[in-house]
This record gives sequence, C-alpha cells and structure tokens, in this order.
Amino acid sequence: MPLFDELIPLLSAGALAFSILTYVILDGTDLGVGILFAVNRKARHRHVMAFSILPIWDGNETWLVLGGGGLLAMFPAAYSIFLSAMYAPIILMLLALIFRGVSLEFRDRAKTERRQRLHDVAFMSGSIVASFCQGVVLGGLIQGIPHAEGQYSGNGWDWLSGFSVFCGLVLVVGYALLGACWLYWRTEDALQARSCRQARLLAVLTVVLLAGVVAWTFRLNTVYEERWLNPLIGIPFVALLIVLMAVFWRAFAWKYHFLPLFAVLGWFATAYAAMVVALYPLIIPPALTLAEAASAPLSQMLILAGFAVLIPATLAYSTFGFWVFRGKIRAKD
Amino acid sequence: MDPSDPTLLVARAQFGITIGFHIVLAAFSIGLANFLMALEALWLWKKDHAYMDVYRFWLKIFALNVAVGTVSGLVMEFEFGTNWGRLSTKAGSVIGPLMFFEVMVAFFLEAGFLGIMLFGLKKVGPKLHFFSTCAVALGSLFSAFWILSANSWLHTPAGYSIASDGRFVPEDWLEIIFNPSFPYRLVHMVFAAFLGTAFMVGAAGAWHLLRDPSNARARIMFSMAMWIAAIVGPMQLVAGDLHGENTLEHQPQKLAAMEGSWERPPSGQGEPLRLFAIPDMEERRNDYEVAIPHIGSLYLRHNWTGTIKSLNEFPPSDIPPVPIVFFAFRMMVGLGFLMAGIGIASLVVRKRGHLYSARWLQKVVVVMAPAGFIAMLCGWVVTEVGRQPFTVYGLLRTAESSSPVSLSFVMTSFISIILVYVLVFGVGLVYLMRAIVQEPRKNEPGPEPELANETGR
Repeated sequence: MPLFDELIPLLSAGALAFSILTYVILDGTDLGVGILFAVNRKARHRHVMAFSILPIWDGNETWLVLGGGGLLAMFPAAYSIFLSAMYAPIILMLLALIFRGVSLEFRDRAKTERRQRLHDVAFMSGSIVASFCQGVVLGGLIQGIPHAEGQYSGNGWDWLSGFSVFCGLVLVVGYALLGACWLYWRTEDALQARSCRQARLLAVLTVVLLAGVVAWTFRLNTVYEERWLNPLIGIPFVALLIVLMAVFWRAFAWKYHFLPLFAVLGWFATAYAAMVVALYPLIIPPALTLAEAASAPLSQMLILAGFAVLIPATLAYSTFGFWVFRGKIRAKD
Repeated sequence: MDPSDPTLLVARAQFGITIGFHIVLAAFSIGLANFLMALEALWLWKKDHAYMDVYRFWLKIFALNVAVGTVSGLVMEFEFGTNWGRLSTKAGSVIGPLMFFEVMVAFFLEAGFLGIMLFGLKKVGPKLHFFSTCAVALGSLFSAFWILSANSWLHTPAGYSIASDGRFVPEDWLEIIFNPSFPYRLVHMVFAAFLGTAFMVGAAGAWHLLRDPSNARARIMFSMAMWIAAIVGPMQLVAGDLHGENTLEHQPQKLAAMEGSWERPPSGQGEPLRLFAIPDMEERRNDYEVAIPHIGSLYLRHNWTGTIKSLNEFPPSDIPPVPIVFFAFRMMVGLGFLMAGIGIASLVVRKRGHLYSARWLQKVVVVMAPAGFIAMLCGWVVTEVGRQPFTVYGLLRTAESSSPVSLSFVMTSFISIILVYVLVFGVGLVYLMRAIVQEPRKNEPGPEPELANETGR
C-alpha cells in the first residue's frame, strides 16, 4: 500500500505541527505577558497580569511537552538531530522556563516587596530568554542543520547566526504582541488602555520584522523563495495576512475585546503554515525528509489513533478550564 | 565510545541529577493528589470542615510542587534528545509513543483540571471541584503508568524486532506496554509514592501535634498518614520482594550486585544474607563481609540451599558498579523495614487510644519525614545503576547511546543545571518548610484565595 505508506508520516507530521502551533499560540501568550513585565511596573498591574495566567500557564506549557514527546515518538531521527544540534539554546530555554514558571508560582509567597520584585525580574527575564531561544532554534532549523547518517554532524555552534538571532528577536516581539492583546481582553481601565497602545505599537513592529525574516529567508535558500513566490502559495497567504491585519486594526473599536488577540493568533497560524509549506517535505533542512525521519509505521499508527481520540477531549476540557476563569480581572485594594 | 569517557560520565551525572529531582516531585505529586482526593471525599461525605482545612493546607504545597514538577519534567522530555540522541534514534519508535501517551492521557488531565482544583472551588461548586480533584489524581496515576512502562521496557525489552539499521521496531504493543518488569515496578513505585507522601504528611501532623495535641487538623493528618504507613508499609515489603524475584529472572547481574555475590557458594551452603561488606571491583570480592548464612537462599529462592548466578559468571564488561548498587539497596530495605515498623507500632498505639498523645511516636515520625523519598531514591539508584552498562538491557550499551555533543557543552549545561536546580529547589524547599510549619488553622485559606473573587464579571 504505497499510498498508505506516504499518508501515515504525513498525518503524523500534521499532528506534530498542530501540537507545536497550539503550544506557540497558547504559551506564546503567557510568555508575552511575562515579557511585558519589563514595561508594566505598577505593582497592581503586575498582580492582575500574573492572575490572568496563573490558572492556565501550566496547561499551556504541557503542549511543549507534547511537542517534544511527539517529535521523539513520530520522528526520532529528527528529534535526535534537532536537539543535539540545538543543545545550547534548548538547555538555556528549559532553564529559563524553569525560572519563569517557578517565580510566577512563588511570587505571592515572597514576604517583602523587594523579594517580590526579585521574583518578577526572574519571571520577566525567564520569559524573554525562553522566547528568544525558541526563536533562535526556529531560525536555526530554517537555515538548516548539518547531519549525516541520522546523526547531527556539526560542531555545536552552527545554530548561531545573524539570521537565527534575528528570528529570536522577532519571536520576543511577536509574543509580547500576543501578551498585550491578551491583557487588552482580560483587563480594564488603565492597564487595558496601556495594553491597547502597546499592542498597536508591537503589531507594527511585528509586521516590519516579519517582512525582514521573509526577505532574509529568500536570500538564505532559493527553494524557500521559489515555493513562496509560486502564486498558488504566495497569494493566498498574503491575502489572508492582509485581511487579518485589517481585522486587527479595526478590532479595538469593537465591543468584543478578544478580537485583537484572535486576529494576531491568525497571523501566527498563517506565518507558521507558510513556514511548514516552505519546508515540506523536509523535517530538517537541508536533506532529512519526513519519510526518512519517521518512526515505525506501527508507532505512528498507535499515536495517530490516540491523538484522534484524546486531543479533541483535551481541547474540550482545557477550554473549560479557561472558561471557568473567564471575564475581566479586577484587583481589589 | 569508551565507557569511562568524561563526556559520557557527565551526561550520565546530568541525567541522574535531573531525574533524581524530578522523581521526588513526581512521586510527591502522585501521593498528594490522591491524599487530597481522599480529603475532599471525606469532607463531602462527613460534612466536617476540618477536612477542607487540611485540604487547603496541603493544596498550597501541592501548587508549589506541581509547578516545579512541570518544569523539571519538561527538562526530562528534551534531555533524551540533547544528551541521548543515539538511544532516541534507535529506541524512539518504542519508548516514544509510550511517553507521548503519558502527555496525552496524563499530563493534560492533570494540567487541564489543575487550575480549577487550585483556584476554582468558589466558581464551580463542590461537586465539579471534587471531579477536578479526581481528574488530577487519576492523571497523576496514569502518568506513572506510562512513564514506568517506558522505563520498564528499557529494563526488560519485549514485543520488538531489530531492523537492519539497528533500530528497535515495535511488533506487539501489548507486549511492549506490559513488559515483564512493568507490573512489579508500577506497584512498587506507586506504593513508594504513597509511603513517601504519608511520611511527609505524617511528620507535619506530628510536628503540630507536639505543639498542640488538640489541633483537629493536625490529628487528621497524623492519623491518615499512620493508616497509610500501617497498610502500605508492609505491603511494600511484599511488593519489593516480588520485584526482586522478577529482577532475578530478567536482570541476574543486577540482582547479584544487590546481593554482593561474587562467587557462587559451594553446593549445600546456600546464599548468605550479607548485612555489610565493601565490594571491591578490582579484586572482584568483598572486604569486611558480615553475613548470615542461608538467609539469602530463603528470600531469594524460598528454600535453604538455593543459589543465584554470581557476578564472576558474567564478563567483567557486563556488570554494574557493584558498591553503589549494594549500598543503595541496603539503605532502601533498611528504611522500608523502619517505615513498616512505625506503621505497625502506630496500630498498637492507636488500639490503646494513645495515637495523639504518644509523643515518642510523633518525634520519631518527624525525624522520618524524608525517609520515604530517600528510600525511593535509593531504589531508583539500585535499579538504574544496576542495569549498567546498558540503556536497553542486554541490547544497547550506555556508551553507544549518547549524542554527538562535545564535552564543553555537556559540562556547561551540567553546571548550569546544578546551579539553577539548587537555587530553585532551595527556594522551593524554604517555601515548603514555611508552609508546613505554619499551624493548620480553622478556615485555612487556599492558594491565592483572592483569585476567584477578582476574576470574572
């Protein structure tokens, strides 16, 4: 069954891509809230910001565990090459995530104001470093990883380039945008007005930087350029982005405060899809294909069956978990 | 790669330390989640608010524990790639799906309902809240199921074939999931989690009883913990013995190392119980051995003269570092007997009606607070060091499992991880101690009591 043999890795890739995208938009939002601690310094504002993500950050981060586990289970060769190659930024990201998760959870236990500020610094810097590292490994993946015979064959530093650092910066700005839109939705009064201004500014910055990434990617690899300049691929993506940008710009005038966030989530999904399309059929450029990296068909089939049954249930009760804590957050004095 | 290569040794130390921290948090989460489930059930059933007070007291500690556990678990999920890439490539098709199911079945269940459990009682009402607590408790047990299945497969591989490129290919998932050592390891570990938690909870209860013997909430903690110690403590000894027999069958050199048995005794003498010895890997013998004859045969073979395959019957390159396994095993068993003994002693004291006034017992339990988790760590040292020099037992050597990463990277990450863990766990431990020594009061507030009031329309 040759069709079947091709379909299974493709479906697996879809499941993996879905997990990672879900992670990016969910945890990206609460990482963004952490990044915005850098510019929102009022104690009451920070209290509200922390409360807005406290009941949900743990669940959001679980999608990253799912992504890691999924890569291992469905594309073990890619898991091995990718993580060996990205050793330094991945370890740094994990340590930063430890710092931010723990300091968020600990911040209200700090006895003095000074200590609480220390926790906030850890939360903010952890969020920034984790976001930056995620951008760097993404850039490192797009630019390609040297590998031979199913193992990484570089010197440990080839992820470091102007391009990957630039991608890191872009992701920090992008996540901050998500965070600002989230705060616009979940807060009111001064903090909401502030978040609105921040979101607009960050949106402009994100669009400019994203254009920079695309231009840089063209210079990096002609395959990406050809793929994106194909009108059948390029035009729908650009059209979609333009529509979503228009929605974003008008959204602040409407009474539905969740709209800006959802518009930006649309940007992220579109940009992500464009990246996946550019990479296909590779999982690790320049040479490793999805089919080559795939685990045994029996493994992928088990996972896909579990995924089809369990992930809809997961999405349902995770949504319920968000729903319970819906509405504006008001700090009582 | 040479087994004594420094890069390999540092990578192993890094894995050992990260998993050592994580396993304590994971086990404490399993134990606490189930303890909290029991407390909330008792609250709903008996309508006694003291149970809810104890629930909230431990919920604050649970919140800290889960937060640190999530992030330390995240490290584990990626370390297989950063440091053990060749193992991942070769065994990913088999252990990967098991770990993936752990996330899908267990972690999401825990994380999805955690927010409601921690902050949502006012928002969803007692019934739905109890449901959330049960979901979190069940999730923690599911997670033990899947990760121990994956771990056990590495010890006792089954249901696989080996492809031409050396990769393990799954053939029969039921055989893989329920591999020979899995049922024993699962039971042994879940009991360990319950015991470890019981001694932490019991110690907190005892601490407060020593200050105020009439504190109803401290009484609940101490009494429930001592029930667990009395029931699970002895059961754990049986489970451990059965697990040992399973090891004897499937990993004979590990068992020989646990026993410190270098030479098979002459026929008729039987296997001794070595109480103390200093195993010498160079000379391949024990120094300063103190042993009781025949007792080893009794618990290993259930007769008077049976023997086991000894270490010298294996090639020297196939046996684990004997002293570590030997001492960790004795530490674990010693603490196990102590805990079971305390559990039984508590039964006697309880029968006489002195449970809340027996200060000596309370003092002993306070001292024993970390005993369960120390025993558990020793047990993991026995089983993981004991399976060396293999990652997939008998099939893939540890030296052939690592990633092609240079020493400088592994060393730098090792040092950074230690620094971060010491800081984070140090601060966490301070907060934990602070929360535990605070008197459990009437109308105890939960974690972030304002959150439910401040969120919503």
